[in-house]
Amino acid sequence: MNTPLIQIKNVKKSFKKRRRQELLVLNDVNFNLHDNEIVVLLGKSGSGKSTLLRIIAGLVEPTAGEVLYHGEPIVEPVNGLTMVFQHFALLPWLTVLANVELGLEAQGVEREERRKRALEAIDTVGLDGFESAYPKELSGGMQQRVGIARALVVNPEVLLMDEPFSALDVLTADNLRNDLLDMWRTKKIGIKTILMVTHNIEEAAFLADRILMIATDPGFVKSEISVDLPHPRNAQDPHFRKLVDQIYTVMTQPEQPKAEFETRIKYKTIDMGYRLPEVDISELTGFVETLDSSEYGGTADLPEMAEALHLDVDDLFPITEALEILRFAYVSGGDIELTQSGRQFSRADILERKKLFATHLMKYVPLIRHIRETLDAVSEHSISEEQFLKVLGEHLSEQAAEEVLKRTIVWGRYAEIFAYDFHTGMLSLENPE
Amino acid sequence: MRDWPIPNAWDMVALALVLGVIVVLGWTAHSMGSSYHMDQSLPISLEASYLPYYALRSVLRMFIALGCALLFAFIVGTLAAKSRQAERLIIPLIDMMQSVPVLGFLSISVMVFMALFPGNLLGPECAAIFAIFTAQVWNITLSFYQSLKTVPEDLKEAAAIFQLSAWQRFWRLEVPFAMPGLLWNTMMSMSASWVFLVASEAISVANHTITLPGLGSYIHLATLEANGSAIAHVIVTMFIVIAIYDQLLFRPLVAWVEKFQAQESMQEIESESWMLDLFQRTAFFLRMGQFFKIVGDRWVNFPLFRKNRRRLAVQINSFLHQFSMVAWNIIIVAAVVLAVYLIFKFVVQFVTWDEVRYTLYVGLITAIRVLILIALSSLVWVPVGVWIGLHPKWSQAIQPIIQFLAAFPANLLFPIVAFFIVRYHLNVNIWTSPLMILGAQWYILFNVIAGATALPKNLKQAASTLNVTGWLWWKRLALPGIFPYYITGAITAAGGAWNMSIVAEVVDWGQVHLHATGLGAYIARVFNQGEFHQLALGIIVMSLYVLVINRFVWRPLYKLAEERFRL
Repeated sequence: MNTPLIQIKNVKKSFKKRRRQELLVLNDVNFNLHDNEIVVLLGKSGSGKSTLLRIIAGLVEPTAGEVLYHGEPIVEPVNGLTMVFQHFALLPWLTVLANVELGLEAQGVEREERRKRALEAIDTVGLDGFESAYPKELSGGMQQRVGIARALVVNPEVLLMDEPFSALDVLTADNLRNDLLDMWRTKKIGIKTILMVTHNIEEAAFLADRILMIATDPGFVKSEISVDLPHPRNAQDPHFRKLVDQIYTVMTQPEQPKAEFETRIKYKTIDMGYRLPEVDISELTGFVETLDSSEYGGTADLPEMAEALHLDVDDLFPITEALEILRFAYVSGGDIELTQSGRQFSRADILERKKLFATHLMKYVPLIRHIRETLDAVSEHSISEEQFLKVLGEHLSEQAAEEVLKRTIVWGRYAEIFAYDFHTGMLSLENPE
Repeated sequence: MRDWPIPNAWDMVALALVLGVIVVLGWTAHSMGSSYHMDQSLPISLEASYLPYYALRSVLRMFIALGCALLFAFIVGTLAAKSRQAERLIIPLIDMMQSVPVLGFLSISVMVFMALFPGNLLGPECAAIFAIFTAQVWNITLSFYQSLKTVPEDLKEAAAIFQLSAWQRFWRLEVPFAMPGLLWNTMMSMSASWVFLVASEAISVANHTITLPGLGSYIHLATLEANGSAIAHVIVTMFIVIAIYDQLLFRPLVAWVEKFQAQESMQEIESESWMLDLFQRTAFFLRMGQFFKIVGDRWVNFPLFRKNRRRLAVQINSFLHQFSMVAWNIIIVAAVVLAVYLIFKFVVQFVTWDEVRYTLYVGLITAIRVLILIALSSLVWVPVGVWIGLHPKWSQAIQPIIQFLAAFPANLLFPIVAFFIVRYHLNVNIWTSPLMILGAQWYILFNVIAGATALPKNLKQAASTLNVTGWLWWKRLALPGIFPYYITGAITAAGGAWNMSIVAEVVDWGQVHLHATGLGAYIARVFNQGEFHQLALGIIVMSLYVLVINRFVWRPLYKLAEERFRL
């Protein structure tokens, strides 16, 4: 292959917090984009994949490293690269036509020419007849078509797409994906490369020529899967299913193989600085109950389960991670299995469940243990949350510390390990009056 | 709604600067103004047939002022939103100007403008427009700034990725996004400016009375001559004028903006305007619209502003940046020092401690008056507002009426108040007070209605299924629900009441002159006597009162409302 269209070289991005540690979002990201391919960036939420896309677009400056387009570094948005947004980003006060004309206006194209090209683009995406409509008159799917037309009209070489179908319902997303693929395959549009960010595994399997898996904390390209299934792909095709399974397996693999991992347990052991996943307790319980139901019998294929429960990666993985930490289940090779205590948890009544949850929290979540032990130790059994924030601050950035503590407090309150007063920010052992 | 995002230390900087500028302007104008003489007094006629002409002149003044206010908002608001350093200074300054009694500056600005155009009517004319401008500009600027700060990130990114120039981004993205807030604040400003209009068209400076043709002068003369029928005529005229610009300008704009507004409107009934329908349906107006569209297109895509400048090398930039930061800080410090020095030199030296103590004392009286009035009008308008807000059909019908009442200048009711006080020998200190709250109370009603309208339906339904009624219903649902809105309204109303105290604590009607005890009356008196030092003292004391109450009463309440009760 000749010189890549776009080269991403050692890109690093960290967000600086005053006084506190800086938060490293992307670390040493390297990959290239070539002519004639659809590349999908797949990762959990918070893996910095959207930030990466914005760095490539020239919207965000990398902390280190560079992005080359035709060998030239990108430091600001340039002609030839354009973007489709998750929530469409249409200007609500402009008609469809005026929205599509926007990029041409910026280039200084004359009025007549602008109109002609915009109408053609609107035609291409199948929105004929809606030129004078305002965005709010259109459904989500149609709005995203406008977003695509707006990007196409400036004749870009590279189309960057930031979760373009995730704000749409399943059927609409399907339809739009197919149409995009059609336009791409029949060369109706002059785009050379599409780079899409998504957290939807099926979507990645459906569209991509290459899938780049982004790891979390900090984000980097963990592995790459080349897909050589011909288009159009059929989701029921065994090859397709195999691909999906393969992606799940890679995604659930632990990010750094730990020494203890091989010797003793399959579980993740966590420390104080561990970022508790953002999971609702009822989600957790519901998931365990489903897994324990006769349909699954305690073991399930993750892709199957995700589809049955309509969970996408962002919903699914925090749940499985939480279950693993609490030793209610373990994940390997794209499968999930309930442990003994997981089954017990599923079959208990509300009070027993709380008790079991509390035991496991105390045992496996060091932060909870720390809070409880500190509260036990002081005479008035009541401490401000600030103090624990300070402790967490040694491990995490300020914002992350706040989030983690918030989640911890919710879990601890549910398990009745401690009480919390919202107004004073005090953690205590007493229940409020 | 408004927001208070300001760091505290900068308040003091802003305070010193504002007061310093007042003192300097006043002092220069004072020394120049003494040599000023304008002998020909412009005749104002109380004939009703002159009213349309006067109305036209007055409205023209208001719209010129509005144009200036918008321009000011575009420039200063953008500056504050785009530059961190400018923001730290501009926003406290605007907040300060909003809470300082602007009517008190009127005299000073008149002197300045008359000195600028000696012996020319343009002087007083500009002064009047400037006075109206000061009544309109602050909330418009603040609203524009807040809108700019809240432009959604993805829209900004879209503008960047398509490489819109700053000029194009301003007209395509930022101004349209700010439109709803801008429009709402413009309407409020137009209402507020009527009082200023009345106060600024007929001005007595150092025992000269200058009158400009307009409704304000007409009211002034009618009051002097105690002519009741003239007052009635002018009330009718005002009613018509307000109705005309509401129907021809604001209604269509509101309906038009709502048509493309991004968020789903909470109101069940859409705003309608026959004027907008006319524009959108008739061939002639459609062609006119097309013409405006092309002009607008040319304007936005003006070739000079089209291209984005390339970024300069970063290193040079950062050095320049550092340098300018240091320079900027030095300038601010110097300005503050100078301002404090001037205040001491021209005010503190010339007034006695007794004078200071006296102004503090009358200030306290006015402060108590304002607080009592706010409490009383809350007692009346909160229940009424909640009731109206819970009946959407009513609130649609009532809003324009309230807007009119808010625009109604209190000056017009002076005759009635004077009549009753003289006739029944009432206490001046108590019975002139309602005039202060007359215009301001509507802000409370307005905001309470908005709050009650915004109460989520499911909460209301939940309350009724649980049989929550009576006082419990107020305590648990209605009052907490409207609290943030009520606070916003009360703050605005208190500001308005302070401002009005300058006009309302002194009531003239023909030969009757009633003076209440209060800081407003004090300022009005020293203003008429041309006592510059006392005037400055009065304004400074009033500003301090307003600021201290804002910081220690309203702002904590506002914070509480934001944190605990915002739905």
